[in-house]
Amino acid sequence: MNRKSKQTIAFGAFRLLSLAVMGILLWILGFIIYNGAGAMSIEFLTTSPKDNMTEGGIFPAIVGTFYLVVCSMAFAFPLGVMSAIYITEYASNATIVRIIRIMTNNLGGVPSIVFGLFGMSLFVNTFGFGDSILAGSLTLGLLILPLVIRTTEEALKAVPDAYRSGSLALGATKLQTVRRIVMPAAMPNIITGLILSIGRISGETAPILFTAAAYFLPQLPHSIFDQVMALPYHLYVLATSGTDIEASEGAAYGTALVLVGIVLLMNAFAGVIRRYFNNKMKTY
Amino acid sequence: MKSTNNKIISAKHINFFYKEFHALKDINLEISSQSVTAFIGPSGCGKSTFLRLFNRMNDLIHGTRIEGLCLVEGENIYAKGVDTDRLRKKVGMVFQKPNPFPKTIFENVAYGLRVNGMGDKQFISQRVETSLRSAALWEEVKDKLHKSAYALSGGQQQRLCIARALAVEPSILLMDEPASALDPISTARIEELIVRLKQNYTILIVTHNMQQASRISDQTGFFMMGELVEFGSTKQIFTAPEREQTYNYISGHFG
Repeated sequence: MNRKSKQTIAFGAFRLLSLAVMGILLWILGFIIYNGAGAMSIEFLTTSPKDNMTEGGIFPAIVGTFYLVVCSMAFAFPLGVMSAIYITEYASNATIVRIIRIMTNNLGGVPSIVFGLFGMSLFVNTFGFGDSILAGSLTLGLLILPLVIRTTEEALKAVPDAYRSGSLALGATKLQTVRRIVMPAAMPNIITGLILSIGRISGETAPILFTAAAYFLPQLPHSIFDQVMALPYHLYVLATSGTDIEASEGAAYGTALVLVGIVLLMNAFAGVIRRYFNNKMKTY
Repeated sequence: MKSTNNKIISAKHINFFYKEFHALKDINLEISSQSVTAFIGPSGCGKSTFLRLFNRMNDLIHGTRIEGLCLVEGENIYAKGVDTDRLRKKVGMVFQKPNPFPKTIFENVAYGLRVNGMGDKQFISQRVETSLRSAALWEEVKDKLHKSAYALSGGQQQRLCIARALAVEPSILLMDEPASALDPISTARIEELIVRLKQNYTILIVTHNMQQASRISDQTGFFMMGELVEFGSTKQIFTAPEREQTYNYISGHFG
């Protein structure tokens, strides 16, 4: 067999495999849309579950997931971004940087159910927050911290050093350089990291299992010290531990569709923000 | 601005190390204000390292160490408690590759003023204009001040970086091979500019281009392997070098 046909076969196989990957994704999406579309209605999106969760909607779970995402990001995003800035822009001691990096990488490898357990022990019990948005968000925040740090670090490292030396050479302080030059240039990539993080935590079930999620709540939370329903946990409940699993199947698929929809919507929104920053910082 | 025969820069017994590597060996020289001083020498000879001593840019590299005395306008810039940010405002720098910020042309020039808390809006826009004029760029960019700096050509970008450095009114301008990434026409414009800027600034320039050194500088220092082999008036260095190494280098026998 000559080199040319070898190449044709090899790339043909690669193409087929990458199409297969795409196919799997489309299959999952199609499956969820096909099964979930029937449950979709204004009522489904805006009312609470009723009749043992076989009827009604999932409004409290949508709101709960929204609260959890916002609160956990409010905690993890500044913390993660600031640590990443410290590691890449300030820390001069290579050993300390290496230790921090190993720690965060390992933190990222801890199974999410372990985070759940830790969150329950620390936030729910020791700090006495109880099962609440606060405890759940802090747990989710810890879970997502390594990803935020990692993506922010990569974003900062992608900013050319020539910008930094240019700024410092004009008499700017390190902080001014970070704030006015490095951060704006890194922002599109940091936002991408934020997107990834939001997508990840809106779907996490294990960390909120013991810290925030309620099986059923007819009303919305009043404060961050209240329990909430959340989409992934609600899906889990509908699919495994409802009173009538068969009757709630439609609602389960509907929940899955909403969950996927929310993640996609958030991604699209973050994409808009990213494009806005990119246009502002255009270097073409 | 200091008087012409005032020594604005003096280096006394400078030794410089990158960790164990002895990069600069017992350098001594003095530079008068409002002059152009060129540093030539083969790659890795220490000339860029020497240049970066005067705005303490070497501080950004871990494991560097300096011995000796480095005076700028009579002040020991390596003394304890010296504010490097203030020093860098006084000693501007232009880099080898044009490195405008990913901002507009206007904001690039205004940046140094903003970070140093200088002036109000009107002052800043005036200073931006005068700086761009001094860098011979104003006519080309006055209608697109609010366009990205990256819309400019390489040569224009480098003049923008010069304007950016001039905006904070330094007394000394360090230039690290400022034209090495540019085409001959842009290079000629930068050279004209350097000669003109000499009236108001003291310029130290590192260059690989010996014709450039002989064209624009008043005095020249020849570095080799961390030593300042010879330092004198450009005319003398290029027509009657005292040291054989200098002669070999400028006549192209090596390097």
